[in-house]
Amino acid sequence: MPARIGGRGLLRYLPVLPALLLLLVFLAGPVFWAFQASFTNTGLTGRNARNPGWVGLENYQRLLLDPVFPLSLWLTVLFVGASAVLGQNLLGLALAVLMRHARRAVSAAVGTAVVAAWVLPEIVAAFAAYAYFSRDGTLNQLLGGLGMGQPDWLYSWPMAAVVLANIWRGTAFSMLVYRAALNDIPTEVAEAAQMDGAGGWKRLAFITLPMIRGSIATNLMLVTLQTLAVFTLIWVMTAGGPANASTTLPVLAYQEAFKFGDIGYGTAVASVLLLIGAVFGVGYIRLLREGKR
Amino acid sequence: MRRPALKTLSLIASALFLLTACTPAAPDDGSKTLKVVYQKTDSFTALETMFQAAKKEFEAANQGVTVELQPIQGNDDDYGTKLALALRSPSTAPDVFYEDTFKVRSDVDAGYLLKLDSHLDGWADWEKFDDGAKAAGRADDGGTYAVPLGTDTRAIWYNKKVFEAAGISLPWQPRNWQDILDTARKIKADDPSVVPFNMYAGKGTGEGTVMQGFYELLYGTGSTLYDEESKKWVVGSAGFKDSLGFLKTLYDEGLAVTPAEALDANVWKKVFGEWFPDGKLGATVEGSYAPSFWQDGGSYEWPGYAQDMAVAPFPTQDGREPGAVSMSGGWTLAIGAGTKEADLAFKFLSTALNRDNSLKFTLDSSQIAVRSDVAEDSGYQGANPFVKDVSGLVSVTRYRPATSDYPRISAAVQEATEVVITGAKSPDQAAAEYDAAVADIVGGDKTVWK
Repeated sequence: MPARIGGRGLLRYLPVLPALLLLLVFLAGPVFWAFQASFTNTGLTGRNARNPGWVGLENYQRLLLDPVFPLSLWLTVLFVGASAVLGQNLLGLALAVLMRHARRAVSAAVGTAVVAAWVLPEIVAAFAAYAYFSRDGTLNQLLGGLGMGQPDWLYSWPMAAVVLANIWRGTAFSMLVYRAALNDIPTEVAEAAQMDGAGGWKRLAFITLPMIRGSIATNLMLVTLQTLAVFTLIWVMTAGGPANASTTLPVLAYQEAFKFGDIGYGTAVASVLLLIGAVFGVGYIRLLREGKR
Repeated sequence: MRRPALKTLSLIASALFLLTACTPAAPDDGSKTLKVVYQKTDSFTALETMFQAAKKEFEAANQGVTVELQPIQGNDDDYGTKLALALRSPSTAPDVFYEDTFKVRSDVDAGYLLKLDSHLDGWADWEKFDDGAKAAGRADDGGTYAVPLGTDTRAIWYNKKVFEAAGISLPWQPRNWQDILDTARKIKADDPSVVPFNMYAGKGTGEGTVMQGFYELLYGTGSTLYDEESKKWVVGSAGFKDSLGFLKTLYDEGLAVTPAEALDANVWKKVFGEWFPDGKLGATVEGSYAPSFWQDGGSYEWPGYAQDMAVAPFPTQDGREPGAVSMSGGWTLAIGAGTKEADLAFKFLSTALNRDNSLKFTLDSSQIAVRSDVAEDSGYQGANPFVKDVSGLVSVTRYRPATSDYPRISAAVQEATEVVITGAKSPDQAAAEYDAAVADIVGGDKTVWK
């Protein structure tokens, strides 16, 4: 009775339907809307708010000629590379490895401190980071106490400040992912390697890392995508300044769409951001597949 | 077959149940609701007070109508963004809202505002409003779309104690830019720890940079930002470069705050809350509302301000007529174009802006009165020692060219000041970049060399 099997097969997907609908409405919907809006001259106010017109690729052409765009693109790559791929990822891995060997009390204290930054709402974390890096802030008071120079971080080193702030804020996620992954490695494997005379570094490089390759790729993908979208932290700390020195793509998109009311152009910036996210995503998924082979 | 069919049925049933649960209940009686949206911050609660009073008064007089107050927390920029987003959709658009004068024209273009002419004809109080202020609510089609709450002017606020210490005779009145620089240098020579003359610059202070700084300079050179006659934006003007040059001198010689401080969006808090009361600042260019920060209940209460502070008009470049420059903005109340209760909304608007409510709001927020009966009130005239001086500046004041392109032009001006004070570009280079940016924004055919 093939018909009956077919009917049952379809019915099996029924429970997934609400989730699928929600995804379509709340994820694909806005993405499609943004993409569509980037081909129009929709404005927040003025004539183009009422009667937006189709302008084709005009917004993208403008983007290519905009001197801020290449800078912004570079700053986004720098921000993601330095704070997520290197900072959060490596620090998270290092913490996870060290915590396995640490005493339980030390490991719990470090874990709590790291996770605390992560559970703070983003706006609170952003203000905390602003207070830390501002001219009369905690960092400069510490540096002053050590008799060192007190640079105006948010003015002279805005990218360094936001990168450090994002590492502080996001490392907990990588740490938790790697702790879980490391716990899954059977102790016999490490013990066997030790018997064969492999030292700590060798065990890490040839046993541990290859075994958690899948987790590394998953983690890299998630932190990259999260960091690509970071807005509040940068907006509160530097608002993209001074002189666009920390204007990443989300900040640029916000400025264009809401500060200047040019929604069409702003969504074009956002679409480029989506594209970058997609490229990274596909890259990591490939990495994942190779890991499984 | 029976079990899957049952499953399907139960699924459909639960979906229906969920759907009905989501449908809003139909209004059960004839009650009506007016949605009122306005701005509120920790340091700006005068509007909240006014609307609370108006709500009480209005609801008592109109049984069955509920006024739903929806304050938006945020600075001017954020408020504008949130309001515009709400206005985009009929389901979120408020009935009555607080609207910046410089957004009126572009929001009328967008079809967000209701034309008020027919309502205003039947409102006796409308005659009492100042003609100049009425113009702020008028759009290109000649219709009036918004009713002004108050206006403001800009002047130099200076600390008399700091000036006296530096041996400058009071009252101080600079006749030209050179006088400002000479005075600032004297103060610096007397006490290097004092900031002699602050003028906002850079993108950190946003619109404050141009309203309380750059435009006072530019319009004092005889140049303008926008040529009203040809409806084109002015580029390549000597006045623009001179204005940037003045800022460069001020910042290069350390007569203003450091560039890093200038680019901090919170610098104005230090100006009002720390530097003036502590005698660490000679003068700053600020709005007529400055006393509202220092008055009782203000965010930086300072009982001594009336004795220590004084106000002077901002001079023109070389003393040319009319001798002083000021800028005005101000806010209005408007009604959403999509409102279902236009008559009730206007009734609420006129309650909020009647004589008593207007007077209280004007006093609480140190506004310049736009109603003649408020301006004549002894309470208004005695509100603070500076009311007369700052109200007098209305005769030399300017308004911003409030077209839809304006926010972007303003940002280009802010950018020009930023690259000059940080030393990244010379005034000539910065002006050339501004010219290119303007041509880019409005199109080359909408610019004029002057």
